[in-house]
Amino acid sequence: MARLNEDQLERYSRQLLLPGFGGAAQKALQSARVAMVGAGGLGSPVIEYLAAAGVGELHIIDSDSVELSNLQRQVIHARSPLGTPKAESAATAACAINPDCRAVPHVTRLTVENAEALLGGVDLVLDGSDNFPTRFLVNDACYLLGKPLISGAILRFEGQLTVFPNDHGADSPCYRCLFPEIPPPGAIPTCQEAGILGPVAGMIGTMQAVEALKILTGIGEPLVGRLLVVDALTMAFRSIRLHRDAECALNGDRPTMHGLGVYTEQGCRAADRACEPQRD
Amino acid sequence: MRINVRVFSRLREVAGVGEISLELPEGSTVADLVSATLARHGELQVHEPSMLTAVNEEWAPRSRVLSHGDEVALMPPVSGG
Repeated sequence: MARLNEDQLERYSRQLLLPGFGGAAQKALQSARVAMVGAGGLGSPVIEYLAAAGVGELHIIDSDSVELSNLQRQVIHARSPLGTPKAESAATAACAINPDCRAVPHVTRLTVENAEALLGGVDLVLDGSDNFPTRFLVNDACYLLGKPLISGAILRFEGQLTVFPNDHGADSPCYRCLFPEIPPPGAIPTCQEAGILGPVAGMIGTMQAVEALKILTGIGEPLVGRLLVVDALTMAFRSIRLHRDAECALNGDRPTMHGLGVYTEQGCRAADRACEPQRD
Repeated sequence: MRINVRVFSRLREVAGVGEISLELPEGSTVADLVSATLARHGELQVHEPSMLTAVNEEWAPRSRVLSHGDEVALMPPVSGG
C-alpha cells in the first residue's frame, strides 16, 4: 500500500487529525471496496461523501436514468444531462470529487442472478434502493454473503437507519427480523407518490456515509442493534433496540430460507417450485 | 392494565391518530395488543404482517408479555431511497 502523497495528506488532513484516525484508517479507506445500491436520494450524499473521504472502490448499482424530478434532492446528478444513467452520472461525479476514488457504474437492477457477482466482492454494502423487493433482496444477499449492510430508507419527512452486521452473531438481526413481510402493493407509498423533503434524504444518506466510514476504519460504535427513526418535522430522533427474531425466515432458529428467493411486490420469500410463478 | 400504543409513519396517517390508549387484561401479549388495536382500527390490518413491534423502545416479538405502563410502538417499513 503506497504512502499518502503530499496532495493526499492535504486532501485528507481534516480527517487524519481526528482521534483514532490517522494513516492506518486512511489506508483502510483506500483499500475498501463498497457497493451502493441506488444512486438516488440516499445514494447521492453517500457517494459524494465516500468519494471525498477517499474510499478506494465504489460500485454504484442503479438502472434508472436522471429525471428532472430527481434534481430537487439528488444533487450529485446536477451536472448530468437528463436521461444519463444514474450510475454513470454518479460515478463521473465521484471521480470529479476525488480522483483517488475508483467509481464503477453498474447500469442494472440488482437481481437474484447478479447479486452475488455485484455484492460478493465488496467489504460493505449500503442500501439506498427505492422499492421493497430490492430491499429484501439486498438483505438476503448480504446475510448469505456475510456482508455488513447499512440500511437507510425515507418517506416524506422521515427516515429509518440501521446497520446489519451479518456476522451470524447470536443476536444479530436482519431486515426480516424487523419487517418480516413485504407490505401489500400500495400500502406504503413511494417517494414518487407521497413526496420526500430533499434534505431529509440528505440527512439519512449522510448518516449512512458516517456509518460506512466508522465501519471501514473501526472508529466509534456503528448503529448495530439499533434502529434510528428520524422525524424531521419535529426533529425527533428515536432509537429502537433491535434483536434477532428467533422466528425469522432467514435468520431465525428454524429458517425456511437457505438461499435467495423470489422478490416481487406480491411477496419476497423462498423460491418454491411447487408454487405458481409469481407475477410482477 | 393500561398500555399506550404509539403508531408511526404510514400507520399514523391511515389510522388518523398517533397514540392510542388501551385497557388490556393482565398477561396480555403484544399479539393481543395488536388484535385490540386492529379491532379499533381495521384499516391497519393490511399492515400487520409487515410492521415492527417494540415495547419501551426495544423490538419485541408478538409473544412478548406486557406489563402495566408499557409503551408499545407499531412501526411500518418505508422504502424510499
